Amino acid sequence: MSLSLPYALSVWRRNAALYKRTWKWNILPNFFEPVFYLFSIGIGVGAYVSEMGGTSYIAFLAPGLVCVAAMNGASFEVTYNIYVRLVFEKAYDAMLTTPIEPDDVLAGEVLWAVTRAGIYGGCFFVVLLLFGLAPLPSSFWALFVIPLTGLLFAAIGVVFSLRIPNIDMFSFYFTLFLTPLFLFSDVFFPLRERLTQPWLWVAEALPLLHPVRLARASFKGEFSLIVLWDLAYTLGMSLLLLLWARRSVRARLTN
Amino acid sequence: MARPVVQARGLTKMFGARLAVDHLDLDVPARVCFGLLGPNGAGKTTTLRMIYGVTWPTSGTIRVFGMDIGHHVRAVRSRLGVTLQQNVLIEALSPKENLLVFGRYHLLREPELSRRAEELIDFLELRSHAHLPVRQLSGGFQRRLAIALSLINGPELLILDEPTTGLDPAVRLALWSRIRELRAAGTTVVITTHYMDEAQRLCDQVAVVSSGKVIASGAPTDLISTRLAPEAVELDCTPGEEAVLLDRVASGRRLRVGKRLMLYLDDAADLIERVRRLDGGDRRPIIVRPTNLEDVYLSLTGTNLEANP
Repeated sequence: MSLSLPYALSVWRRNAALYKRTWKWNILPNFFEPVFYLFSIGIGVGAYVSEMGGTSYIAFLAPGLVCVAAMNGASFEVTYNIYVRLVFEKAYDAMLTTPIEPDDVLAGEVLWAVTRAGIYGGCFFVVLLLFGLAPLPSSFWALFVIPLTGLLFAAIGVVFSLRIPNIDMFSFYFTLFLTPLFLFSDVFFPLRERLTQPWLWVAEALPLLHPVRLARASFKGEFSLIVLWDLAYTLGMSLLLLLWARRSVRARLTN
Repeated sequence: MARPVVQARGLTKMFGARLAVDHLDLDVPARVCFGLLGPNGAGKTTTLRMIYGVTWPTSGTIRVFGMDIGHHVRAVRSRLGVTLQQNVLIEALSPKENLLVFGRYHLLREPELSRRAEELIDFLELRSHAHLPVRQLSGGFQRRLAIALSLINGPELLILDEPTTGLDPAVRLALWSRIRELRAAGTTVVITTHYMDEAQRLCDQVAVVSSGKVIASGAPTDLISTRLAPEAVELDCTPGEEAVLLDRVASGRRLRVGKRLMLYLDDAADLIERVRRLDGGDRRPIIVRPTNLEDVYLSLTGTNLEANP
């Protein structure tokens, strides 16, 4: 184990220094996407749906979209941005001429992706608060779900980015992986009411489902035992993938 | 004599079945400028990567500052600086901000961090554009900044991988003078270059690497005087003319590239006489000049492009 937190933080600070320059251009599209979904689907479609999962449709959408905002924040960072730094800019090769080790690079990047997930999820949460869609105080528990979602999708994205042969593969990642997750992870409709039991078991494998269930439980303030399974899945899967990423990042940067 | 800064013994690196570095021995003494020369693919960059510990030897040993790099990666890297072949800069940030980011990789803290950054901005003459985004700067400016980054920790060993490739003559001269200043201040410099004039002017010692092995090493002047005669003659001639002209000249080395023939002689006068006689009234151009490091390099590594794919 050769992870050093100060060195990992110096990697984090590299990204933060750059982000300070560009956040105005980055944050707007990423931030408004879930806001548009909330109001278009929530108010537009919601007008034809009297209630869902025991609440108004827009209130049903809110917790899931917090996780989607966090997922998007982390995903952009660990896909295109990491790939460009790795392959085109050679930023990691330069870091490895200093005392920074591959483990520090991975930790710094994942920490940064979690930070961006926090920024996007957090901003969206503030919007929900302003519109009275985040019930207090229970929904504050969702603030813990945001970094967990970021961690999980940072881990998934980093493994993908380290193993693909070219940058074009990211269109598969977004359209064939993230988009179906977005649509079939309890965000827009309760899976339990629409899927048969065998399909419900399949759905348990979907990574976004677990943070969404955690966020929904937070918003409702009703925690059942399944929360433990959701936490275990989110943390366990993140850990497994990060161990895999650790091997990949070493193989990519040293030989 | 002091302990060498870099010492490699039997250093070997295989990439799959390809032998990149082959039982290479290397001693880089402290406080010298050391040139690692050789054709593309000779194993120079792989050797450098083994020095700073991102490529692991298949066999052999390498010690840097007397430490086994395999066990002391962070300690070794905290005392050296590397300028990679490709500039690694954050284009949206200014030179000053780039220096601050890079300084943090070494865990430098304020006010030391800003002090070092300001010093290097002056040392590499970056002041005029220190606050513009790097993407707006010229190639020479960006290269100087890349070198400044590798100096942020005040390294005892500076590794420069082709630092002047693609730069204009004025920038090259300025960089040479900075490298000399660093060496005079006690920094050990390891440089790779394809410019033999650069190596000859800058380096106290060079090692010529071919197919992963050191095939010659020493001070440039010693290499020249021991390997080739002092006068180099260049002229265009056919192989047939060459046979006639050099019939009784028991000269040392000759190099031929297409029509161009290069000969190395103790005294060129006799040969020039013979060429003039052969030519009659129609005199062909002949260049006579002192033998230089490029001649030695070509005589060692050959002029055949196929040899080093």
